[in-house]
Amino acid sequence: MSDTVFPAGDLMKGKRGLVMGVANKNSIAWGIARQLHAQGAELAFSYQDEALEKRVRPLVESLGDEPFMVTADVSDDASMEACFKTLEDKWGRLDFLVHAIAFAGKDELQGSFTHNTTREGFRRAMDISAYSFVDASRRASALMPSKEEGGGSIISMTYLGSERVVPNYNVMGVAKAALEASTRYIARDLGPLGIRVNAISAGPMRTLAMAGISGGRTLMKTGKDWSMLKEDTTIEGVAGSALYLLSDLGKSCTGEVLHVDAGFHAVGVPDIEDGS
Amino acid sequence: MSDVLARVKKIVVEHLDVEEEKVTESASFIDDLGADSLDNVELVMAFEEEFDIEIPDDAAEHIQTVGDAVKFISEKTS
Repeated sequence: MSDTVFPAGDLMKGKRGLVMGVANKNSIAWGIARQLHAQGAELAFSYQDEALEKRVRPLVESLGDEPFMVTADVSDDASMEACFKTLEDKWGRLDFLVHAIAFAGKDELQGSFTHNTTREGFRRAMDISAYSFVDASRRASALMPSKEEGGGSIISMTYLGSERVVPNYNVMGVAKAALEASTRYIARDLGPLGIRVNAISAGPMRTLAMAGISGGRTLMKTGKDWSMLKEDTTIEGVAGSALYLLSDLGKSCTGEVLHVDAGFHAVGVPDIEDGS
Repeated sequence: MSDVLARVKKIVVEHLDVEEEKVTESASFIDDLGADSLDNVELVMAFEEEFDIEIPDDAAEHIQTVGDAVKFISEKTS
């Protein structure tokens, strides 16, 4: 991943955006950030707490610009308020938002969804993985330019477990379904303002989020073996799709869940052994 | 065994940014090498990658020292 080269250009030149959810160099959000940066974007990064700041700071410094990092605990209104106040004070406006944040307890990412999901676990997964997107979109849109001046673009990260049953994904699948529905409703509200809102449904990748899911390796292997392209989902592909959605290339596209998973989502039955 | 130890050491040194002398077989990731719980998850992922093995959650919970990691990996790869 660190060897990955993202195509350079000017597609994001003059655009400023917040990236929420970088945890380490394998994070999808980090791949997206590198791609946006290679296309001239100015980036701010939010982190949950000190443990994450410690990880994110060296990555952000490696981009070579003056690091712009701000703390944001998405489960806390005051923290979110302060985060967007900092953005407003420093930049005055925001052109795009990348939301790549989710959480579910480890005990709830295995076994029976019906038996293992507690009220508190359900509430927390929905709050951090879905409501935080509604909240961040509202705050971000308030800083975005008018439609005449270019509007804005917002993306969230989702996974097929929202549409189909994936073993162990459980409460996170339900939260991702809420996130995707929220993406559509927000897209409707913000559409007249010239703000596009979309989600990327990426195939399984080796991230920290994947490490939290029981049997993640099997998800990766099945994701590849059953896929149409017979390959793992690549960070270049996901980051390229993010670039498309966040730049003016994505004009006219909103309210969409874009699958970037080597075609896995559209397969009904895996290859039949006799070669037909 | 020694090959596994050397590769494990290299990963730990790089990931936790600690001196190689400190990475002994009895060193605990959390107590002696300053790892937090996220580091532990990342280390397990790095071991999986390096040795092309799967370390299930219940096994990962028991990998607390450098020696634990070397022992688990040696058994898996032998």
